[in-house]
Amino acid sequence: MEALDILFTASLWAAVIRIASPLIFGTLGELICERAGVLNLGIEGIMTAGAFAGWLTVYLGGGLWMGVAVAALAGAMFGLLHGTLVVPLGLSQHVTGIGVTLLSTSLCYYAYRLVFPEVTSPPKIEPFQPLSVPVLSDIPLLGPALFQQSPLTYLAFAMVVAVSWFLYRTPAGLAVRTVGENPAAAEAQGMNVTTIRILAVMAGSALMGVGGSFITLSAFNSFFFEMMNGRGWICIALVVFSAWHPGKALLGALLFGLFDAYQLRLQQLASAAVPYQVFLMMPYVLSIIALIVMSRRVAYPRALMVPYRKGER
Amino acid sequence: MRLEPLEKRSTFRMIALPVLALIFAMAICAVLVMLSGASPFQVFGLMVKGALGSRFAALETLTRATPLIFTGLAAAVAFRAKLWNIGAEAQLYIGAVMTVVMGTGLLPLPWPILWPVLMISAMLGGALVLSVPTFLKTRFGVDEVVTTLLLNFVALLFVSMLLEGVLKDPMGLGWPQSKKVLADAVLPRLVSGKRLHLGFVIAILAAVVVWIIDRRSALGYEMRAVGHNAKAAHFAGIPVNTVLAKTALLSGGLAGLAGWSEVTGLKGNLTLDLSPGFGYTGIVVAMLAMLHPLGVIASAIFVAAVFVGADAMSRTAGVPSYIAQVMVATSLLSMVSAIMLTRYRVRWR
Amino acid sequence: MSAPVLSISRVSKRFGPLLANDAISLEVGPGEILGLLGENGAGKTTLMNILFGHYVADEGEIRVNGKVLPPGEPRAALEAGIGMVHQHFTLADNLTVLDNIILGTEPLWRWRSDHGEARARIRQLSEDFGLAVHPDAVVSTLSVGERQRVEILKALYRQARILILDEPTAVLAPQEATALFATLKRFVARGLSIIFISHKLGEIMDACHRVAILRSGKLVAQKDIADVTRAELAELMVGRLVPQPKAVAQEPGVPLLGLAHVSVRRGAASLRDVMLQVRAGEIVGIAGVSGNGQSLLADVVGGLLPPETGTVQVNGAPLSAISPRLMVECGVARIPEDRHAEGLIGDMSITENVVSEAYRSRFSSHGFIDWSAAAAFARTIIDDYGVKCPGPQARVRLLSGGNMQKLILGRVMNANPCVVLANQPTRGLDVGAVAYVHEQLLKARSNGAGVLLISEDLDELLALADQIAVIYQGQVSPLMARPMVDIGRLGLMMAGQGFIHGEQDHAA
Repeated sequence: MEALDILFTASLWAAVIRIASPLIFGTLGELICERAGVLNLGIEGIMTAGAFAGWLTVYLGGGLWMGVAVAALAGAMFGLLHGTLVVPLGLSQHVTGIGVTLLSTSLCYYAYRLVFPEVTSPPKIEPFQPLSVPVLSDIPLLGPALFQQSPLTYLAFAMVVAVSWFLYRTPAGLAVRTVGENPAAAEAQGMNVTTIRILAVMAGSALMGVGGSFITLSAFNSFFFEMMNGRGWICIALVVFSAWHPGKALLGALLFGLFDAYQLRLQQLASAAVPYQVFLMMPYVLSIIALIVMSRRVAYPRALMVPYRKGER
Repeated sequence: MRLEPLEKRSTFRMIALPVLALIFAMAICAVLVMLSGASPFQVFGLMVKGALGSRFAALETLTRATPLIFTGLAAAVAFRAKLWNIGAEAQLYIGAVMTVVMGTGLLPLPWPILWPVLMISAMLGGALVLSVPTFLKTRFGVDEVVTTLLLNFVALLFVSMLLEGVLKDPMGLGWPQSKKVLADAVLPRLVSGKRLHLGFVIAILAAVVVWIIDRRSALGYEMRAVGHNAKAAHFAGIPVNTVLAKTALLSGGLAGLAGWSEVTGLKGNLTLDLSPGFGYTGIVVAMLAMLHPLGVIASAIFVAAVFVGADAMSRTAGVPSYIAQVMVATSLLSMVSAIMLTRYRVRWR
Repeated sequence: MSAPVLSISRVSKRFGPLLANDAISLEVGPGEILGLLGENGAGKTTLMNILFGHYVADEGEIRVNGKVLPPGEPRAALEAGIGMVHQHFTLADNLTVLDNIILGTEPLWRWRSDHGEARARIRQLSEDFGLAVHPDAVVSTLSVGERQRVEILKALYRQARILILDEPTAVLAPQEATALFATLKRFVARGLSIIFISHKLGEIMDACHRVAILRSGKLVAQKDIADVTRAELAELMVGRLVPQPKAVAQEPGVPLLGLAHVSVRRGAASLRDVMLQVRAGEIVGIAGVSGNGQSLLADVVGGLLPPETGTVQVNGAPLSAISPRLMVECGVARIPEDRHAEGLIGDMSITENVVSEAYRSRFSSHGFIDWSAAAAFARTIIDDYGVKCPGPQARVRLLSGGNMQKLILGRVMNANPCVVLANQPTRGLDVGAVAYVHEQLLKARSNGAGVLLISEDLDELLALADQIAVIYQGQVSPLMARPMVDIGRLGLMMAGQGFIHGEQDHAA
């Protein structure tokens, strides 16, 4: 198979969308936080928490959707922690975010070892099965790629529309955008900046949690340590790439998925000629390049990372 | 709720709040320990015993503290200037790579020359890794947090590639590991038969040097000025980008030294498990020390004690050793909150 | 007077040792414009922040139409019909006018906003009150005057019955201010009540029916405008006679600062072909409405912004590559517009702040700083410039605005500068500190320095400057000697008359 032929296989495009799904959730979640003016570096840990909590729920007998809901709830709780520390207390968003990541990751590992003190191979669950959309899934190439996916993937695409609508069409979305642009403006119109920011961080973190649960409930069927593997950090790069727009976030996640899926196949093709680590590095390197390319063009939320204190100028 | 800046920082608050923060963190962990069915008092007792209860344990704690002092200093130096270096892990590994590249036979020099050569190589390696994100920050405005984080993954894959390629030890039975460094490169043990090595002393010296730079030198002043208010610093004529570049060299260099000291003092060669997250833990060490270079020594020993103690405890009490990481993370969050409250008063209306 | 719509009774507020409001009682009737007069720091803004719920009063209560207003809730104040136009606009720049206006007026949890109806109402209000502004324009593209209209529309959209305007003319050209006063008359004709906050006597006399005067947190008098003179108001406001700055006539010397054909662009702002010369022993004033390129001009002279074309000369020598440090070395004393953001580093000590321009040259050897010499220098400045502070180790954040400005003056003036760049040097200062700054500028002038004074306060310029130029959309007019200056003409120039690039750029 030649390098270009890969582009015309349905399995490549199915993989693109599979790889993009958790990133879509994570990027949308981070995007909501940052639109409200809060950088959430807890994302890596929050996605881990979603992955673990969702998976554990299903393992202990809950339904798959129950697992997703618990993952969202776990995300929201860590969002509440991050929000409380950085919004009313005004702590450094960088340090707190790293702290939240360390905390939630280590809590998951601790809990995992509590529940499974002596397992050698990780316990498994029955994950989401692909849901074929009748008729549409029979379209050559596109059909299997777009319409034979996990239900969570469909949810991810729906969330793009929902988050866009929320931000640009609803009063609450306007409030979120305003507290991220100029909190004093929101305050002058009688809104509670602290509450709006914390709620936005919780909502965004809930989405991150769902993104994490995709990994354990759909992509894989068990929980491993280190399984998030920097996906959260990549989402943060994707938010910059998207210029804080949900639609472009989807585009970014898909582009990323394309590169990642393509390099995996290229890796098999290239076999020993190029060390496999070079291919594995590509996602991270690409994210950095995307940041450089986009950095000069974007207008980011003006109040991003600026703590707001009532009455202080 | 609203925060009001305090006119004066009272000594009482400065001492009481951080202590309260640590107690709070311990209390959270006590609850988690109880979930496992064990008694928190017994578990904490075992941890203290495992970390400090014997000569062996105490020396082991200091051994573990050595790389943490280096990475803690790296974070403290960078954070002072608000250069958010979250990439000490990568810098540590590249420092270690430089050490094994130069120290496994390329330069057959006697130790008085080889040591400084290896130290400088390791520092250059670490500094180079941090220079890239710093350049991207000053030139293109790319947030260094994300780039340093992403580079951690790139660096680890790069090291893995080297260890399966050019740096692979042909006598290593196929394991991805480098050759041993020359005998002249190895740091002597401080106590014969124990693992504590000269790197610990050098780490403390490094802390003192950083402290002097911070307090006395023009560079230290510039770094603090840039960190507190880069705009005002620029207005006053302080070359902000140059200062950030120098900060990156210093911070990255210190993290590189952590790699050097682990290879030449402890492991002898480079493997992929050289660092169990020393780079990330360094951030905690720096924050617990409130970014004070000498405080880093104490907080590194504290954090090391938590890890060493938890390892020992989990062998006997059966509570997962991950409790150490939870403890360190909660300490970080409660400590940064406490530091904030030493400067502000909370008004509830 | 009919029943008051707003009554403030015995409101007190204390910040640490400072009594910002001391048992203040005030009433405003329907259809009335009440002037609230007082110098900076007299407690006007604090009182209005309490009224609007940003602060909670320690004592006292506020009634609107007889009902007590719950303290500390901006929303309650809004719902009671109080609208506030802040001195620093509270607009989100990247959002549209419409978004800024409807924010917070709808229930939060609705699945969509009704933009169509909102747009229609805003159009209607614009027409009714003569406040032309496009609802779908993004705020960042609007001029300062248009932004103020958006702020007023925000209040009207919420059907405010009481409108508070905090220093509304500070950002306007004289003619725009006159237009604003006419708009205010239209409001009161419809029964709205207005509180007009200002420290400018002339405006109060022109615009208000009644005036309340605050001084150091106390209400010292309430008068009908018809019953007072300007001089009486001045005395009530300040409480003592303040010496007016007097510039002794002197012949200017050699050119010390020269800008020739300087053009530069930063974002939407630009300087266009600026020609300017400041000679030894004279003060050159730059008048203009806020946002017409003043900060770019200051940044070029201050060394922060290298010009794209044209040359900058200091002390006769053309400078090739300018930088802040080079300007300091050339003897340019720079007093920045924003003390907090640019002038000082709030979390560092006084010592660390006073050496920030000279730590390399005067206070260090071999890369190490001599902190005892630095502290001694800080003490000299504290003494010579009368900075009130606990000591050289005190954090600058804790100083008052006036003392911060004294610290900056000390830092830059002690080295006998040849050029002084003062950008809005008295903004936000109380009368005493203003007088001190003026005194220092005049002292530099008599010592033979060339002073470039950029100010939005025309009174200040007319009192101090030997020559005045107007800056409008990045263009600087030729200099006019002060005796030749006609205030009416100056006002027209500030609004763009006589400049080549006129309104067509403005429309963008």
